[in-house]
Amino acid sequence: MNLNDKDIVLKAKEKLIKKVEKLGKPIKIMEFCGGHTHAIMRYAIDKLLDGYVEFIHGPGCPVCVASTDRIDLAIELARMPNVIFTTYGDLLRVPGSYKKSLLDIRSQGNDIRSLYSCLDAIDIAIKNKDKNVIFFAIGFETTTPPTAVLLKKAKEMKLKNLFVVSNHVMTPPAIRYILNAGISHIDGIIGPGHVSVITGMKIYKEFDMPIVIAGFEAFDILKAVNMILDQLINNERKVENAYARAVTEEGNKEAQKLIEQTLDVRDTFNWRGIGPLSKSALKINKDYEMFDAEKVFDVKLPSSKEHPLCICPKVITGKAKPTDCKLFGTQCTPENPIGSCMVSSEGACAAYYKYKEVDLCM
Amino acid sequence: MCLAIPSKIVEILDNNIAIVDTMGVRRKASLELLNPKPKIGDYVLLHVGFAIEILSKEDALESLKLFEEVMRNEDEFER
Amino acid sequence: MYVKLSHGGGAKETRDLIEKIFLKHLKNEFLSYEDATILHLDGKLAISTDSFTVNPIFFKGGDIGKLSVAGVVNDLSVMGAKPLYMSMGFIIEEGLPFEDLERIVISIKEEAQKTGIKLIAADTKVVPKGLCDKIYINATGIGKLVKEGISASNLQEGDVILVSGPIGNHGAVIMAHRNDFDIDINSDCASLWEAIEPFLKENVEIHAMRDLTRGGLASALNELSQSSNVEILIREEDIPIEDPVRGFCEVLGIDPFSLACEGTFVMSISKKDVQKALDILKSQKLTQKARVIGEVIKKGKQGAYIQTLYGSVRYLEEAPGELLPRIC
Repeated sequence: MNLNDKDIVLKAKEKLIKKVEKLGKPIKIMEFCGGHTHAIMRYAIDKLLDGYVEFIHGPGCPVCVASTDRIDLAIELARMPNVIFTTYGDLLRVPGSYKKSLLDIRSQGNDIRSLYSCLDAIDIAIKNKDKNVIFFAIGFETTTPPTAVLLKKAKEMKLKNLFVVSNHVMTPPAIRYILNAGISHIDGIIGPGHVSVITGMKIYKEFDMPIVIAGFEAFDILKAVNMILDQLINNERKVENAYARAVTEEGNKEAQKLIEQTLDVRDTFNWRGIGPLSKSALKINKDYEMFDAEKVFDVKLPSSKEHPLCICPKVITGKAKPTDCKLFGTQCTPENPIGSCMVSSEGACAAYYKYKEVDLCM
Repeated sequence: MCLAIPSKIVEILDNNIAIVDTMGVRRKASLELLNPKPKIGDYVLLHVGFAIEILSKEDALESLKLFEEVMRNEDEFER
Repeated sequence: MYVKLSHGGGAKETRDLIEKIFLKHLKNEFLSYEDATILHLDGKLAISTDSFTVNPIFFKGGDIGKLSVAGVVNDLSVMGAKPLYMSMGFIIEEGLPFEDLERIVISIKEEAQKTGIKLIAADTKVVPKGLCDKIYINATGIGKLVKEGISASNLQEGDVILVSGPIGNHGAVIMAHRNDFDIDINSDCASLWEAIEPFLKENVEIHAMRDLTRGGLASALNELSQSSNVEILIREEDIPIEDPVRGFCEVLGIDPFSLACEGTFVMSISKKDVQKALDILKSQKLTQKARVIGEVIKKGKQGAYIQTLYGSVRYLEEAPGELLPRIC
């Protein structure tokens, strides 16, 4: 038996279809997280359950929800003289208001680097004492603790040339928004596996809906679908952990502590596709404000704008499918992305493009 | 929504850094987010250069076997 | 000791550099101080040129010197041409240690000896520090056509697609280095003439061969499908990928089908000769892990497709130019 055992997957498909038939109608499940969207598309689980389970792709993709004004901020910071601008890979491709991305700015001579680990920014700062190193942090709760560690280390080492921008966003406000906005009636949610490793299960208790936290193999996702269907059959609405090998009830307390020590909740934050959401993101707190690039550097931002035909906002919130967009696959492709959901490899549009179904008449 | 991969701790260095191995790929990883710290031979979830959790003894293959059993038991129940 | 700007000046110091490092290892009956080398050639010839800018210049399984020879040898070999001669232009950054340069030149000698390809012309330039990344090499190869008709536009409906070995090793090694990973494999950098020569002698109906380089398997198959206007279908479960490459792709969230190779090729051959081809490939060290990975399913429309593990068929997309790690 191996993790990609075909027989198990095909057997599960049979069972799941029978359960949906028992429920009497097609079921809509939102997978919140971009990593799950990617896995569903890669393993063609949407195709496997076509007609029985419809997957609504959620906003759990930090690159996709990075609003144009945050990208514009990144570009302005990167363009400052004597700056080495660092961030995580995919963000480099997202175009800002004026169609330019960080990659475009890099080709004009600005020093912009993609990092695997944010701690690499410390090495860069030490090796380049005459430059200001800025780390533009993005990510949901899984990626927030590394930034907290970065801030603590920067303080311990008394670094004078390392700065951070926090764009860290939070999962529960986004789920709340999706459910309250009444978008295409969702029957159940596949919860983000690795966010839950950090937060634990408690963040989902407020939601009155079947929620199952899942891992990222094909069988993990099918297992979660199975558990959601069982809840629906039994008229239950509870939070379940289908990723117990990694997720615990309490989560990672050490990581939670580090976040509390370094970051505060912002009053409001602009999400692409959603607009301003209150208490949905984090900023650097007072104790670490000497590292906050947003406080230290005075950048003037032009007013942001997005392409009029780009429907990323609707795609991110599950109101539309990538194929509903007029630009999809024609003007907007992974090589030439117009919206953020095409840039990020786990964005719905990129996943659709890469994994789109081929109709073979054989 | 995060690419976190099970990796084995093969060496523990100073300053809360470990060397982790993922299917033959090795890198240093920070242990700052783990308390208590892992031991050599433990499996951790690796995300952007940090170990974010020590994995339980049950690994993915075991989870898969359990799932298969669930599917099989449901079969018997239906009969 | 290190390379200085004056070594590129064209005068005595340049000749010193050439004698002490290049001719010391690469001397042969062709290389001289003449402005051009005279050759006698007849028959159909193949010519290929490539520039090498790889960073790091020394990597697991090779270096820029080995890469430039193998690159040129492979481009000629997959066209059915026996590699005979090559020229090389070196652009060196001021400050490159002599030791590094000599190491690269020795690699060139050793790799060239594997095929018998001879360096017949060369040039050296030195640029100020910062104007190039340690060393760039342009290599141009000339070969004699041994078997005609091997072309990217020659794929036929019903052809079988084979790959000569595991994919992505070179790309993984280079990207691992750049992201501070230590990976348990070597680059697949290798001269393929010895593996390809038997095919050209045997009666195997080869329609096309393609050296997988930048863009990996995905680019090669898309290019073949476009050139021949055919649809190609490969199966994910049949594609050989070594565990460390898989692991590396999982950790960084990148696609192994777009990772570069430098000693791996694909072939499109007539269905009737599949077993013969596999026997030839498997009997050789360089290609013993060769596999059948798919077919040319239809002529008249272009498209490269991949059947995923659970049966559905997707487009085999090429990754955008620069592979960037994803966090999610």
